[in-house]
Amino acid sequence: MKKQYLALLILGTFLLTTGFINRNDYYFNVLNILILNGLVVIGLSLLMGYAGQVSLGHAAFYGLGAYTSGILTAKYGLSPLAALLAAQGVTLVAALLIGIPALRLKGHYLAMATLGFGIIVYVIFKELISLTGGPSGLVGIPPLQVAGFTFLESKQYYFLFVGVLLVSLLLALHLAHSPFGRALLALHDSEAATMALGYDTGRLKLIVFLLSAALAGLAGSLYAHFAMFISPMSFTFIHSVKFVTMVVVGGVASLWGALLGAVVLSLLPEVLTVFEDYDVLIFGTILVVIMIFLPEGLFKGLGNLFLKHKKT
Amino acid sequence: MEEILQYLFSGLTSGAIYALIALGFTIIYNATEVINFAQGEFVMLGAMLTATFCGLNLPLPLAFALAILITALAGILIERLAIYPARKASPITLIIITIGLSILIKGLAMFIWGKDPLPVPAFVGERPISVLGATIIPQSILVLATALIAVLTLEAFFKKTLTGKAMRACAANRLAARLLGIKVEPLVLLAFALSAAVSALAGVIISPITFATYDMGTMLGLKGFSAAVLGGLTSSSGAVLGGFILGILEALAAGFLSSAYKDAAAFIILILMLFVKPEGLFGTKEAKKL
Repeated sequence: MKKQYLALLILGTFLLTTGFINRNDYYFNVLNILILNGLVVIGLSLLMGYAGQVSLGHAAFYGLGAYTSGILTAKYGLSPLAALLAAQGVTLVAALLIGIPALRLKGHYLAMATLGFGIIVYVIFKELISLTGGPSGLVGIPPLQVAGFTFLESKQYYFLFVGVLLVSLLLALHLAHSPFGRALLALHDSEAATMALGYDTGRLKLIVFLLSAALAGLAGSLYAHFAMFISPMSFTFIHSVKFVTMVVVGGVASLWGALLGAVVLSLLPEVLTVFEDYDVLIFGTILVVIMIFLPEGLFKGLGNLFLKHKKT
Repeated sequence: MEEILQYLFSGLTSGAIYALIALGFTIIYNATEVINFAQGEFVMLGAMLTATFCGLNLPLPLAFALAILITALAGILIERLAIYPARKASPITLIIITIGLSILIKGLAMFIWGKDPLPVPAFVGERPISVLGATIIPQSILVLATALIAVLTLEAFFKKTLTGKAMRACAANRLAARLLGIKVEPLVLLAFALSAAVSALAGVIISPITFATYDMGTMLGLKGFSAAVLGGLTSSSGAVLGGFILGILEALAAGFLSSAYKDAAAFIILILMLFVKPEGLFGTKEAKKL
């Protein structure tokens, strides 16, 4: 755990220094989205790497957070903080409804159920026009306001997001190294053995799933206020896939790996925009190549390559 | 009454398409236990190639044959280049690889054919036929007939030929099949070719109705996957039945409830099925409740 604190400290220092040095608003926007992706990925990494379950619908929880916050503040004049809490409630209820039946079953039923759930939620965002604004999106979302302070600039959001990310990561690391986390790891290896140790495995999985959904919902709420405009196109099946891909590309077995995946896959499209329409082509190729040659992810894969190099 | 019949016709047409795609899923799943999320792209390739060859004024049968053959080759290529090298990886990694492939193929298609839909002329007459007050376009009848023939041919292949039996043996128990001297690798290749060909066929026959666009495969693929899960993921007759049930329920939901939510209907059915009878209509009981 000491090593983890040190890594967290380095990450925090790095992010804060970047924030103070950087003067370019565009970079702040890119970094803000990257950090929000990181938040989703922390939860998803706990779910996938520790509980061994996959969600193909996390963009829907991200979207539920964003739309609940957006609708309650833009249409009903609720304060952003109250709306954020309500959004957490909506996300958790949705996750319970999907999680309870799906996690009773062995195997990858959660993946299939969340896949369906994600598309249903996307269709609702698109078609419930009176509430969501439909395909043209929801406008007029006010900026975030906490205790009288209004977040207006990308830079202010950046420091807020860094804070939320560091706290979430700290909690996630603690969880992963707690008896609860070790029970989850055991569950990943053998469900039967974990049950024999007296754990209610269905409940363990459900708790992690709820936690990951809540983190995605939180990221969504923050996104809605930061972007001030949301449209269904940001919460499609492809986005759910991107979140899962971040975790797997980085390395499913560790939170740090998953974060690395979020960094790489959030920055890659930005770098690839010089190729315009063909960026997806390159994105797809890189994805396939990494998965074939480094099936355990970049984090571990690159580490191993480095060790090999050092030996020779 | 006429209304219901009308919905039934449109449901049967899309159901036939879902059934073929679902069959494609089960063939690859049975051979490799990989859920191939690039399945929908095979459908797109079939439709796109048909549009291209029709545009070159090739005779229709030749255009169909070429479209299906080239997609089958793409299936083989994918297995060799991406699935085989990663065969020892975890199921999640393999799923991500197929998703990457799907993005890659879609990107390639956009690169080659552009973003605009390509028109495909109707293969048979365009005048609608009236049946008991409802109308059906001749292309729909062709879709149904082709799907039926394809399903029966595949069924005969799996049940009657030695190669088909060997493939079923591999699906049941790969190690035992190997011990009996069955070479597994060529069969896996064959499975990818067959699966791609069946899905391409779906793309060929639907192309005059929907036209061909580079991104048509994603939704079709996901619905085909739902149909396959409905049928139990391993059973080919289940996949076909799942496809038709999904198509008909979707058409009825669009007609009687709301056409805006049509795309959600298939996935609501998927979720209900997973919760009520997770092993599917025809699947083996491997989904254990804890």
